[in-house]
Amino acid sequence: MLYLDKFFFGIYPYIVLTIFLVGSLIRFEQEQYSWKSESSQILYNGHLRLGNILFHVGILGLFFGHLGGLLTPVVVWDTLGVSHSAKQVFAMSLGGIMGVCCLVGLLLLIYRRFAIDRINANSSWRDKFLLIWLLATLLLGLSTIFVSAHHLDGHEMVRLMTWAQHIVTGRGDASDYISGASIIFKCHLFMGMSVFAIFPFTRLVHVFSGFASVFYLGRVWQLVRPR
Amino acid sequence: MKIRAQIGMVLNLDKCIGCHTCSVTCKNVWTSRDGVEYAWFNNVETKPGIGFPKEWENQDKYNGGWVLNHGKLQPKQGSRLKILSNIFANPNLPLIDQYYEPFTFDYERLQNAPDVKTPPTARPISVITGKKMDKIKWGPNWEDDLGGEFSKRAKDILFEGIQKEIHATFENTFMMYLPRLCEHCLNPACVASCPSGSIYKREEDGIVLVDQDKCRGWRMCVSGCPYKKIYYNWVSGKAEKCIFCYPRIEGGQPTVCSETCVGRIRYLGVLLYDADRIEQAASAEDPQDLYQSQLDIFLNPYDPDVIKEALKQGVPQNWLDAAKNSPVYKMAMEWKIAFPLHPEYRTLPMVWYVPPLSPIQSSIDNGLIGKNGIIPDLKDLRIPLRYLANLLTAGKEEPILKALETMISLRRYMRSRSVDKQTDLSTLKNTHLSAEQMDEMYQIMAIANYEDRFVIPSSHKEMAEDAFMEKGSCGFSFGNGCSEGVSKASIFTRKTSPVIFHDQEHDRELNRNK
Repeated sequence: MLYLDKFFFGIYPYIVLTIFLVGSLIRFEQEQYSWKSESSQILYNGHLRLGNILFHVGILGLFFGHLGGLLTPVVVWDTLGVSHSAKQVFAMSLGGIMGVCCLVGLLLLIYRRFAIDRINANSSWRDKFLLIWLLATLLLGLSTIFVSAHHLDGHEMVRLMTWAQHIVTGRGDASDYISGASIIFKCHLFMGMSVFAIFPFTRLVHVFSGFASVFYLGRVWQLVRPR
Repeated sequence: MKIRAQIGMVLNLDKCIGCHTCSVTCKNVWTSRDGVEYAWFNNVETKPGIGFPKEWENQDKYNGGWVLNHGKLQPKQGSRLKILSNIFANPNLPLIDQYYEPFTFDYERLQNAPDVKTPPTARPISVITGKKMDKIKWGPNWEDDLGGEFSKRAKDILFEGIQKEIHATFENTFMMYLPRLCEHCLNPACVASCPSGSIYKREEDGIVLVDQDKCRGWRMCVSGCPYKKIYYNWVSGKAEKCIFCYPRIEGGQPTVCSETCVGRIRYLGVLLYDADRIEQAASAEDPQDLYQSQLDIFLNPYDPDVIKEALKQGVPQNWLDAAKNSPVYKMAMEWKIAFPLHPEYRTLPMVWYVPPLSPIQSSIDNGLIGKNGIIPDLKDLRIPLRYLANLLTAGKEEPILKALETMISLRRYMRSRSVDKQTDLSTLKNTHLSAEQMDEMYQIMAIANYEDRFVIPSSHKEMAEDAFMEKGSCGFSFGNGCSEGVSKASIFTRKTSPVIFHDQEHDRELNRNK
């Protein structure tokens, strides 16, 4: 068990990050024609406005919530005077709201992809696999709320934050902070990390472009390319 | 003054017979691929009609083109922030059914049908789902030659300001053809709408292209273009559009649609314009002034100052020579018989149209119009002047009237010369043209020799790239990199799928058993 913890929460994160970065780089460099959002709106518009917006707002909220929540050093919260318990409750409620948004959206998108003939016929197995994978990760993530509700002192949360911060700072003892966590947390972590591993091989790469499209806000209207 | 050159196009609707040859040759060359079966870079519409996609001209519905927002140009679909906020679900996007569901037919059934009581039929099969379709409900030229009832085509918004009920009766009906392609605008709304910056206008010849590698499929260009001439390839997930046959244009050859036009209605030629004044021209307060404001930024290729400055700014000499012989310049600027398509969209389009004359001609034959008289009464025109004006000059009738008069005068002038054997100069009194110009106009418009229609200078690639370094590399290709139009599956992408007929195996099994 200890060995498995060591592998999945000490070594696997680095494998995943390597695949994520190198894979994305190779795809961008070699196969840019395949880099796209793969919108299916033109084929079927139904449930898209509600589903897609809910899903994206939810998942972006969750992504930035996790990013800020896990990687902001504990010292910062302590200096700001935010108690660990308060932060945990905040994280649980905000995560819960975003999670439910994302879940509703995701279910609508899954319905579109599997039940609508036109979209189903034009989906690759990767598209379907990705949606199911995200659904499983999300459901596990939402379940952790019930686990955390049993210990609201923030201790467990700080251990998870420490794990994440030790991973990104390259300290070898990261997995020690996970071993005591509930199996639901561990499964959620594994599924969540694996999203980064499948990232370069699915339509997920459009996330990069989505963030890059912010530059559009400061762009001139017209683009003219010289010879 | 920033001088740029562009290859513009003029279509002489007076001579268009609606044969669809341009559409078909274009389709064969450019869009006979997966995901763009439904897309027609060039299509020919019968007007009045709602067109392709349905009601494309109705910008209250699609929000294409530009509007003035407190005097500043802005895409009608919104500010940059608004456009980005619609990225998850674009409320202005035309759906596939507004074009048509692409289909093929179950041809195999015709050969392999078992012994049945009725002759076997080839049922339509949707290319999207691979399943049999009950009924084909719409197509790219569904309204061809006024197909369908009047109430449907009466939704055509060009009827604005016209009592359209009159034209519902058989005696008062009218029609004309409108071949349409990308306008390669000076102020393209698609370029402005693209969040990833993948669409651009080429400086050297003005052709607007989508960088297929940089396109991310955000589909804002599709709704941004008021002409609906950017199509979303639903297999590749990228935007595709008319490329003005740039590999041919670069070599000095006409586009495929122009080359194959049996009516010789298409003209290609260089126009010089002042790029610094584009924004100003597109911002004219009154939409009816937009036609004139676009004319104002075109530069006179005979003006020595323009030539000197153009050479200084790097416009090649052969382009300046071609600009002097440009049929497009002559029709738009000198003879004033060609007009931009829907100038009110503020895109400053560069594919122009000569309004059709034939219905007036038939009135003349009936003796309704005096031999030397001007066009006496608007009610004698079969196509209402206002209808043409709504199409070409944002509803302003005078320029259209003048153009039609010029074209009638040409006929009177040539009739006097060839029938009466003496040139009657009084036929010119309703035009601003001289006899020499009339002769030239006759040569270019009526005879329409190949070299008069297409004055295309070859591009100067040697100024841009080292041909030696390009040795052995791929030229123009579809799909990913140097592919042959089919992107093979890799760890990153799926193989693009050909149509799989859903019940094919089942049908074969049934046939065998019978």
